[in-house]
Amino acid sequence: MMAVAVIAIVLQRNLYSVVVLGGVYSFLMATVLVALDAVDVAMTEASVGAGISTVLLLGALHLCGGEEAKPMQRPWVPLAVTLAIVAVLIYGTLGLPAFSDPQAPIHVHVVPRYLSDALVETGIPNVVTAVLASYRGYDTLGETVVVFTAGIGVIALLRSVRRGSKEGS
Amino acid sequence: MRREPVLRVVGKLLIPYMLLFALYVQFHGDFGPGGGFQAGVISAAAIIFYALIFGLPAARRLVPDAVVESMVALGALLYLGVGFAGLVLGGNYLDYFVLDRNSVTGQLRGVFWVELGVLITVSGVMLKVFYIFASRRRPD
Repeated sequence: MMAVAVIAIVLQRNLYSVVVLGGVYSFLMATVLVALDAVDVAMTEASVGAGISTVLLLGALHLCGGEEAKPMQRPWVPLAVTLAIVAVLIYGTLGLPAFSDPQAPIHVHVVPRYLSDALVETGIPNVVTAVLASYRGYDTLGETVVVFTAGIGVIALLRSVRRGSKEGS
Repeated sequence: MRREPVLRVVGKLLIPYMLLFALYVQFHGDFGPGGGFQAGVISAAAIIFYALIFGLPAARRLVPDAVVESMVALGALLYLGVGFAGLVLGGNYLDYFVLDRNSVTGQLRGVFWVELGVLITVSGVMLKVFYIFASRRRPD
């Protein structure tokens, strides 16, 4: 079903339907993440991917028009580059340990400690929250600063300046 | 969309519960899925929903631009401040164990304030971006 959504996005020329199909894709992705027991990530995907970004993209489309422009040239070179990168990425996944392999390096490093000690050390039953806010507090601080920087950037670029009121006062 | 009675009534019924759900996601993040990012997005979505139904000026009266812009900075400052509180109380930066005599309570307290900072910044940024996009005129 996700493949159908992607093909529909590629074939569609009306950008409004592309945005809505992108929201559909995000919801399907969220269900996949629920199936993988990554409930926190699924919630983020559903609220950010399908909710807020759809609204923001629709707002942007309202400003710049909803029809895709005709391509200027044949897309063979970008297509070749994309296919080459996809091939390299697929080749890279061949080196990964098998899915849900308990002996994979990521599962034997700090994860056992998090799973066994998080409740005792932090008093937080949800290990995801414990790792995110406590063990990896620096990373989350970085993420918050990224969101902050993005917001500041949008404000600096697009905010309507009222020159008269500032110079007058 | 101003004169759609169904939308207005449904919106009035739903928006309080959306905000309540955002708070639930925020404060229940210790026990179930959720946390600052998700709660921030959900609360921003509630206000955006309000703006879509009742118009942007009404939403801007409800949550003025000055409030939104200070939220953007306030959340990040709150997070940084929790880190400095750890320093002041004799620990490392972002060390929650020193925030209370009992280290587990200190952890809970630190996580609480940090998640609150994330909530404030995320919802402020989302709302601000929406306000800016929605208030621009289409170039003709």
